[in-house]
Amino acid sequence: MSADGYCEPKSTEISRFWRRLITNILYFGTIVVCVFFFLLPLLWMFLNALKTPLQIVELPPRIFNFTPTMENFENVFNSQNFLQYIYNSLIIAGGSSLLGLILGLPAAFSIAQYRQKKLAVFILISRMVPGITFLLPLFIMFRFFRMVDTYTSLILSHLLVGLPFIVWVMVPFFESIPKDLIDAARVDGCNIFSTFIRIILPISMPGVVTGGILSFIFSWNNFMFSIVLASNRTKTVPVAIFNFIAYAQIDWGGLMAAAVTITLPVLVITILTQKYVIRGLTAGAVKG
Amino acid sequence: MRLGDWYDRNAFWIFPSASVVFIMGLMIFPLGYTIYNSFTDWSLTHGDQVNFVGLKNYIDIFLNDDRFWGAVGRTIYFTGLAMAVEVTLGVLIAVLFDARDFRGKRVARSIFLMAMMATPVAVAMVWMLIFEPTAGVLNYLVKASGLEAILREHAGIAKLLWITDSASVIPSLVLVDIWEWTPLISLIVIAGLATLSREPYESAMVDGATPFQIFFRITLPMIAPTIGVAALLRLVDCLKTFDIIYVMTMGGPGYSSETLNIYTYQMSFQYFNFGYASALLVVFFVFVLGVSLLVAHFRRGLEL
Repeated sequence: MSADGYCEPKSTEISRFWRRLITNILYFGTIVVCVFFFLLPLLWMFLNALKTPLQIVELPPRIFNFTPTMENFENVFNSQNFLQYIYNSLIIAGGSSLLGLILGLPAAFSIAQYRQKKLAVFILISRMVPGITFLLPLFIMFRFFRMVDTYTSLILSHLLVGLPFIVWVMVPFFESIPKDLIDAARVDGCNIFSTFIRIILPISMPGVVTGGILSFIFSWNNFMFSIVLASNRTKTVPVAIFNFIAYAQIDWGGLMAAAVTITLPVLVITILTQKYVIRGLTAGAVKG
Repeated sequence: MRLGDWYDRNAFWIFPSASVVFIMGLMIFPLGYTIYNSFTDWSLTHGDQVNFVGLKNYIDIFLNDDRFWGAVGRTIYFTGLAMAVEVTLGVLIAVLFDARDFRGKRVARSIFLMAMMATPVAVAMVWMLIFEPTAGVLNYLVKASGLEAILREHAGIAKLLWITDSASVIPSLVLVDIWEWTPLISLIVIAGLATLSREPYESAMVDGATPFQIFFRITLPMIAPTIGVAALLRLVDCLKTFDIIYVMTMGGPGYSSETLNIYTYQMSFQYFNFGYASALLVVFFVFVLGVSLLVAHFRRGLEL
């Protein structure tokens, strides 16, 4: 009955405790650093939108020790035609993702159902090709038909991003639907169109939502197509904000308020529909 | 013959027909038109006279255009740097995330997601404020943390001017790209890790493998195909990065951050040199497509 018999396990237990503590600190320390790296720029945008221009350039920077003001937002909404730009962005993003679904869903179903590999490659290559390759000829074409600065030209150009994406998300989705289900509906006398509308689409809603949300966000965020094809009448918010830097003496408060205005809806949608967004972004990359 | 039967037999072309028409009209035709234009000297600034010049534009691009070759170099520099960091960091974060369950994981994931979904123009704005040499928070942190001396020793960022200094503009833009797109790699790899079977890990534990051995001998080989796809998706987008570069620097100062995409854009919509720009577009198109196909090919080779 020596005391050593108890002491030894106890000391290893203590060292195990320290080792675990150190790993925990290292592990969560790294996680916290990563999270903060990705969080801070967005937080900085929100905080500075609520500061006065003087507070923004003050050093050392004020983090939470200032009285928030809505002045910047008031300036942005009063001095610029901002509501019109938001309306334009909504019409174009809504129109292009709706059209993307109408065109893309049947195409994706057909690719999955009839194994149309070549069609799939055609549509998906456009996901790889630089958008600017289409932008110049489209600009020339739209200029010829006097369609520059119309909703139609912007919706059609944004569809170049949205449609391939929707197909990209939906093909694996439709492929995962058991063939028995389709066959059963066919036996019950449904033709392929009513099968698609009454059976396939309802059970594919998660995929449809994913494709719709993401193509809406991509269009809402789109800058390159809009800056070329949009002008006074159809200017979207990203273009308006960009012009804001070009023309005004840099007003950081106004810029941050404008940046918050355009990003906030996207962030809210992203958080609310996180599951779908992640599924859409990782679609096609992970098997299984 | 019932109408339903007719539908059934013809659905294979009716279903995708609208998409096909769209692709023909807004992708294939414009592409063909661009190739045609690339053999002409069409320029809005030279009036309406359009001459057929054969391969002259292409010859000029490859033999006489220093600005083009500069853009090629910068595209490779930007993409190489961004990809190296994003893939490494992305995989590390994913593995770290997958290793344990902890409270707040969902919140952390939301934050990663927000970085990549936030509107690029807005992201560019806030980074411009962060990089601002006199009032920006980055220089404040650099000075307050005592990193200044170390950074000043490295010629590239000696002046701490970030995007307004030609020596440091590309690494600074890459930092923004890393911030924006590392989460994509992480999310894809996290999803991939979730599908791995647990068995190899259990036997490795029994055999007393160290965490490092487990990572390099088991996790990494099993997850390699997923990392490959994630990297390929990222590479394709990285080569054509436009928004943050154009908003933050417009290719400047001078031409020092002008990548291929920015250069083609300027040639098209700044100079309205449609013929020459079309030739550039064809070259850029082939370049991006070639790189993607090459990588896809090698990846398939590795997997088999």
